[in-house]
Amino acid sequence: MSLRTPLGRVRGLGTAKDGTDHFWVQRVTALALVPLSPLFVGLVWSFNGADRADVIALMGNPLVSSLFILFIVAGIYHAKLGVRVVIEDYIHSEGLKLASLILVSLLSFGLGTACVVSVLILAFGG
Amino acid sequence: MAQTDRPLSPHLQVYRPQLTSVLSVFHRGTGVVLSIGVIFLTFWLVAAAWGPAAFNFVQAFYGSWFGYLVLLGFSFCLFYHLCNGVRHLFWDAGIGFDMETLYRSGWAVLIATAGLTLFAWFIGLAMGG
Repeated sequence: MSLRTPLGRVRGLGTAKDGTDHFWVQRVTALALVPLSPLFVGLVWSFNGADRADVIALMGNPLVSSLFILFIVAGIYHAKLGVRVVIEDYIHSEGLKLASLILVSLLSFGLGTACVVSVLILAFGG
Repeated sequence: MAQTDRPLSPHLQVYRPQLTSVLSVFHRGTGVVLSIGVIFLTFWLVAAAWGPAAFNFVQAFYGSWFGYLVLLGFSFCLFYHLCNGVRHLFWDAGIGFDMETLYRSGWAVLIATAGLTLFAWFIGLAMGG
């Protein structure tokens, strides 16, 4: 008797070898976000009531813009992984599930790129 | 196996919520809200990069009472998800699974969330609003 699942037997393929990747990257990005999130809150407060020249001056500090970009990348990656699980849990129609997952992927990369490019524009003087 | 119409577990109409399950649902809920928050962050950043007119528009939005309300909601969700996320990281390391610790860390998360949210807004508003 084979220990392989019926689906595995039919397909004749092994695993994709990325079974723990989602879990692991979710945790690593979480770890990065522990210090980055409070810094982000502080940064948002410093934008409160600021005019555009203040924002450009602040973002011109490479440490500020670098940490901001790290927060954006880690945050959006973490969100993308999390929303994927939520979609897989609650959307049972195969077509709608696939469409939602693709939409979340495209949105994540689209919004992430828009954020990073915007930070760079401000960092280099608006 | 014969199909039965037995209710699935947990059966929400008769399910008595406990701190542990409520915090778990909250973690997912705040995570989804924060994902939507990415759109609000992108909105501000793109407008700031776009030019003075767009920048003044988003600053007026986030500086209004409604903007403050939105930011208060997001900051609460961020601090909750952060605190409970740290709790999750301890679990991933195999720490804190006994009932007493579970409840104690759960209450600690709630207190820390309230404390951090109040602290951030107190400092922020004191710095000149």
